[in-house]
Amino acid sequence: MLPRFWRKIKHRYNLIATKCENCGTYYYPPRNLCPKCRRKSRIVEVKLSGKGEVLSYSVVHEAPENMKDQKPYVVAMIKLDEGPVITSQLVCDCKEVRRGMRVKAAFRRCGEEGDAGIIYYCTKFVPE
Amino acid sequence: MRRVAVIGVGQSKFGELWDASFRDIVLSAGIEAIEDAGLEGREIEALYVGNMSGGRFLSQEHIAALIADYAGLAELHIPCTRVEGADASGGLALRQAYLAVASGLHDIVIAAGAEKVTDIVDKAMEILASGVDREWEVFNGATLASLFAMMARLHMDMYGTRAEDLAMVSVKNHRNAVKNPKAQFRREISIDVALNSPYVAEPLRMFDCAPISDGAAAVILASEEVARKYTDTPVFISASSQATDYIALSSRKDFTRMDAVVFAAREAYRKAGIGARDIDVAEVHDSFTIAEIMAYEDLGFAEKGKGAELIREGVTEIDGDLPVNTSGGLKACGHAAGATGIRQAVEITLQLRGDAGERQVDAERGLALNIGGTGATAVVTIFSR
Repeated sequence: MLPRFWRKIKHRYNLIATKCENCGTYYYPPRNLCPKCRRKSRIVEVKLSGKGEVLSYSVVHEAPENMKDQKPYVVAMIKLDEGPVITSQLVCDCKEVRRGMRVKAAFRRCGEEGDAGIIYYCTKFVPE
Repeated sequence: MRRVAVIGVGQSKFGELWDASFRDIVLSAGIEAIEDAGLEGREIEALYVGNMSGGRFLSQEHIAALIADYAGLAELHIPCTRVEGADASGGLALRQAYLAVASGLHDIVIAAGAEKVTDIVDKAMEILASGVDREWEVFNGATLASLFAMMARLHMDMYGTRAEDLAMVSVKNHRNAVKNPKAQFRREISIDVALNSPYVAEPLRMFDCAPISDGAAAVILASEEVARKYTDTPVFISASSQATDYIALSSRKDFTRMDAVVFAAREAYRKAGIGARDIDVAEVHDSFTIAEIMAYEDLGFAEKGKGAELIREGVTEIDGDLPVNTSGGLKACGHAAGATGIRQAVEITLQLRGDAGERQVDAERGLALNIGGTGATAVVTIFSR
């Protein structure tokens, strides 16, 4: 599991998206091929502002093993100001979250592989 | 393309089958289907099997060869192929078998679906979540239930769908399962029990979520000409359509609709030369109750945003105008991942043949909808008498 998460660390930690310069669309998660322009794609990397708003959310009560210590936690679909929608955790009071709420990115611990395993980090969101 | 008929069906019990192995349950479904068709095993020309994750549930790949072996087909050396599309694997296997017969390549083909999940009980939820984007959804904290929960939240806010409507889907499917001897949960539940069950991912509660079950199912397909030799009650596959969408929910335009379902359904109705209103009975993929409400809309049974009206008005009850999930659906018959798509075909065939026992409805045309993950794969199959 490790390599594929490490490989995208730059994008994961710093919210580096890709943008197709042919059509101007931002992609996060990053894509090497623009679905609209395909072979005419001209992909460059762009850092996102990390700001956006909550489109939908859920409070997770049944969590996977490596995230059990965090439950209940909020997971949300966040529309970033540049356009892409990201599914991520929202660190806030479970009763505070609302659709349309403004949020910003924050670097956080994400999960761990057992007691002795590696700790993962990722970008989560917090209220703006 | 030739007309294709279902000439035999079989299904193991669904549920927590602690005393049965993967091989045992596949064999019980296969033998039932072969006996139902009145065939000899050696008449089968090819096998397709839907299996989502033998590799992770059982550490066993090469599932098709294993099944052929234990079904006594090894020395026939017929082509046997595993097909995978998360929990749409069964629907895909059915479609591959259909294409093999429709094309004229084979006359008699068996399509099976099987999953054994209780050998690795603590990881089952995570394995089922591998049908969505592991790297950008699950890693970030999303669970399968939470993705459907976010669809439900939007559907509720935009269209006025209520928690009670979702609970009614669960109550209906449990009630239907009581009449299905192969179902996992053969007991009725009250709406209060559903509405007071613990949250899994808000707003979805325990009774909004299908179980992860052991189970297997098999159907035998044949060309029309061959089918007539074996049965007086062939059930024809009038259309088989499959569509694909972005794997991550967040990449899609509308989270309250599954475009793959809309697209596959439209294609299927066109090929069958009918419309949604011509369907008499349906099995839909209620992995979560909201998915059944969305299926009503995406399949054209209800207008966009009005799916909940069908459950409120009793239209999809077993005695309604359009019974849905007479088997108990994924919620109460059980959800054996790769087996589900075939299990749905078994139910529709039994209904159209008039062999559905206590849960029999009056139907000439039936539809099955099998989806993978949050709807990145959808298979719509239309059956007719």
